[in-house]
Amino acid sequence: MQGLTIDHIFFIFKGAGWTIILSAMGFIGGTILGLPIALARSSRNKWIRRISGFVVQVVQGIPLPVIMFVVYFGISVAGFDLPAIVAAGLALTAYAGAYLGEIWKGCIQAVPRTQWEAADCLALTPLQTAAFVILPQAARIAVPPTVGFLVQIVKNSSYAVVIGVFDLTYSSRVVNNSTFEPFLVFTIAAIIYFAMCYPLSSLASRLERKFKKS
Amino acid sequence: MDYQFDFSFLLNNWRDILDGVWLTVRMSAVSIVLGVMFGAAFAVVRVYGPRWAAKTVAWYVDIIRNTPLVIQAFWIFFGLAALQFRVPALTAAIFALVVNVVAYTTEIIRAGIESIPKGQLEAAECLGLPRWRVILHVILPQAIEKMYPSLISQCVLMMLATSIMSQISAEELTAIGYRIQSETFRGFEIYIVLAVVYLALSWLLRLIMEQGAYYAFPRRRRLNANR
Repeated sequence: MQGLTIDHIFFIFKGAGWTIILSAMGFIGGTILGLPIALARSSRNKWIRRISGFVVQVVQGIPLPVIMFVVYFGISVAGFDLPAIVAAGLALTAYAGAYLGEIWKGCIQAVPRTQWEAADCLALTPLQTAAFVILPQAARIAVPPTVGFLVQIVKNSSYAVVIGVFDLTYSSRVVNNSTFEPFLVFTIAAIIYFAMCYPLSSLASRLERKFKKS
Repeated sequence: MDYQFDFSFLLNNWRDILDGVWLTVRMSAVSIVLGVMFGAAFAVVRVYGPRWAAKTVAWYVDIIRNTPLVIQAFWIFFGLAALQFRVPALTAAIFALVVNVVAYTTEIIRAGIESIPKGQLEAAECLGLPRWRVILHVILPQAIEKMYPSLISQCVLMMLATSIMSQISAEELTAIGYRIQSETFRGFEIYIVLAVVYLALSWLLRLIMEQGAYYAFPRRRRLNANR
């Protein structure tokens, strides 16, 4: 058994850097995917609502590690040769898109009905109504839960370890395999994750309280 | 792209997959029952307990909710091994899952407790019930009933989270899938099958819990009937 050296710590931090990159990929992709889903989920057309709801339910009913595997093997089956982190990013995109879509759907529906009616009276098209009347108001409501969901993305990016992506979870496991000091190594990893997530969750709950007051 | 899909591995391995499903179901059931029980107890401590205990629970919830389940599982599994405790992977997995889910159910049930009108507590005290009976018979049933939809979602998430326990070599569904994949090299097909199975499991769990609510909360049934 060998102690933990400074190199080991650096190695763990290198993994943490990739965790941040992976989380950013998931959040950006999730935003791009989640917005149309949220609009489709709150559409007036029954079929658009149902189909998008079904898609969301399918993604939410499959564990993220399995989504990771499906995307990972799917990419290679489709004949592309891409690094595993791209697969992980795409899987996180699908996951975050589904959840953010549902969260934002709730925010859009929280905008009072009269706003829609008022926009109708001004003869705005549905697209104009969404872009200039509803979304700006919904965005305000959406900030706290979105920040809260960022924590889920950072945490769940750790599931990328199943397809061998080099992130904080992976690097800490590698260090544990060579030093076999599980309590120390995984406590360090947990502290790094905590340091990334805790500010976000406390910001989310602070924002929530602030919005509730106003 | 001319990929030949090949699902023939199902012929040889369907028994293994069923074993994996069964283990996933058992793991989830045990973790859900323990998780809700401890979650309710912790939530009561968080709201009514002495200050130091409430603070401790709050810290526990914060730490668990801000670190990934995989790291918690590694910490417990490899940590126990380092202490020369030879626990089966399954025990360590359930332990990690319970530790994780208790934090979430504590928060959910606490929110439920705090949303119960104060009048309920006062009314119960007027009836001369001791404190613990007020909590057990008046507050908790209402809190759990109110938060039941969130609890269902949490339990489904919990069932899905069992999949990561393949990383500490618990032989549940995802681990079986991984093994079949390394034997047959049909990764894409295998994980599509797994995705469908998990989807069916999560819909089934949701259905069972919603039906359960119908019998567990007769008051809600009456209210819905009147509407």
